[in-house]
Amino acid sequence: MSTTTQPGTARSYTLGELMVAAAAREIRDGELVFVGMRLPLLAFLLARRTHAPNAVALYENGIIRDTPSPEMLYTMGDSPNLRGATLCGSLLDVMSLLQQGRVHVGFLGAAEVDRFGNLNTVWGLRGAAEVRLPGSGGACDIACLAQRTVVLLAHDRARLVERVRHVTSPGYGTGNSWRRSRGLPVRSGPSAVITTMGILRFGADGEAFLASAHPGIPVEDILAATGWTLRVADSLQETPQPTAAELAVIRALDPEHFWTGVGQS
Amino acid sequence: MCFGVRRLDAALHLGLKLKMGKPSKLVSMRDAIAAHVPNGSMVLLGAQLEPMIPFAAGHELIRQSRRDLTLVGPISDILFDQMIGAGCVARTMAAWVGNVSAGVGYCFRRAVEKNIPRPLATVDYSNLTLALGLHAGAMGVPFMPTYSTMGSDLLAKNGNLREFNSPVNEEKLIAVRALRPDVAIIHVQRADEFGNAHLWGSLGVAVDGARAARKVIVVAEEIVAPEVIASDPNRTLIPGLLVAAVVHEPWGAHPSPVQGYYNRDHAFFSQYHEQSRELKDFEQWLQRWVFGVKDRNEYMDLLGACRVESLGVKQHALSAAADFGY
Repeated sequence: MSTTTQPGTARSYTLGELMVAAAAREIRDGELVFVGMRLPLLAFLLARRTHAPNAVALYENGIIRDTPSPEMLYTMGDSPNLRGATLCGSLLDVMSLLQQGRVHVGFLGAAEVDRFGNLNTVWGLRGAAEVRLPGSGGACDIACLAQRTVVLLAHDRARLVERVRHVTSPGYGTGNSWRRSRGLPVRSGPSAVITTMGILRFGADGEAFLASAHPGIPVEDILAATGWTLRVADSLQETPQPTAAELAVIRALDPEHFWTGVGQS
Repeated sequence: MCFGVRRLDAALHLGLKLKMGKPSKLVSMRDAIAAHVPNGSMVLLGAQLEPMIPFAAGHELIRQSRRDLTLVGPISDILFDQMIGAGCVARTMAAWVGNVSAGVGYCFRRAVEKNIPRPLATVDYSNLTLALGLHAGAMGVPFMPTYSTMGSDLLAKNGNLREFNSPVNEEKLIAVRALRPDVAIIHVQRADEFGNAHLWGSLGVAVDGARAARKVIVVAEEIVAPEVIASDPNRTLIPGLLVAAVVHEPWGAHPSPVQGYYNRDHAFFSQYHEQSRELKDFEQWLQRWVFGVKDRNEYMDLLGACRVESLGVKQHALSAAADFGY
């Protein structure tokens, strides 16, 4: 088993594994979850096998599963995800449940996230040049319509920015009552941003604050790696380390660290 | 007695076919593309999202040097990227263009950022709004309402998404303008020669897409007798009356998967990712996999028996039969 060590701290897990465990804790038992791929898929499978055995997965290509896929997936349309599904239907079959407000939590990635939780997956930046990224997929729909959204991304100044260059998937806009003024559902919006350094949550004014720092990561490093002046919770937590039981599940699903290799040295 | 009745049915069916001359729609891929997809067409491809992408049809469009196409699809995986790189495409109307398991689409990037090989207009949707555009087209109405995209730059920049005041309450909503593709090319598991098609697995926007389009080309892994289709009419998601042409093209969706027929060729997607990063490498890729073969049979020869074998279904899993008896 490969492990990582950083100065002064022996760490027996990768940051990817820590992020998966943190993401899994965002899922409550019995919830409907828009799952996505990569780390969020692992998080869902972990939640199912630990504290949320009755969580149900929705995939935007039209799949509803009461049981986890028997294998890890490269895409949600892979054959193992269709076999044994509860329902295989159309994109509208599952997106209609999302628009009705029935979906509790959706997971998203992003090239950029800003201080109000807006996401960009259309235009990136490489040096001074703008880079065209693939686009929204279903992210904008999930960001608009899920009761809660959880964002996972690597933490650096180029990605946690004051203002995203393209609001592909709206968070709290410019803050306060912005979502409501635009007509978005009352019960919706980002609830957590899980990065490689910590966990951000959002105040009533819609602005992000640092709620939790990952073990061994100094707060000043997190603030320095954030592209705006990040507020820090009075009751700042340390992100719980993944338990042995959680690690056992994650490593059974991803033995080679194919998906959870982030943070490996 | 029963046996006799069945034989009579079969004879009657054959007789009807001969006498009434119900024409078969079965044609080669080359003829289907030549007859139904002229330059400038708006074409729906990849309607089922990651599975059952009609790569064989896309490659034939490239070989026939189609130009100025508008490609419509929610997420296209790498087929849109290949057709953009080959110079076939003037515009995309999509929620996502790239390589699902590997990341960005380099041909898409070159076209948008550097006009290589030609300028590309992009009309950016979300998956739900693209699906609703096709649903409106399928329903024959000018738009469908949604709450999605409110406050986003997708709404700000896509002229087919417009805010309006609900006529039945005090809400604001977004109207998604109907989409009517000229042609939908849909890969299916099986169809009869008249275009009645059975498909299963994740359906994406295939059913609405087929109804919204002015013409449908069905590409099937297997051609079956009409009796097979009629034995399970709930599975007939595309009726032949919508279909202009049927193409029998086994493995026509490779490297994407077809449930019950073959699995996704993950390595092909990551190899394409590496081989499309630089323009000259992409041109070699195109020469090898598209221009260097005259049809899907030659493509399969190039792919090789070992790779085909490795992608095959290892354990079949038949659904329970549905009883249509009375």
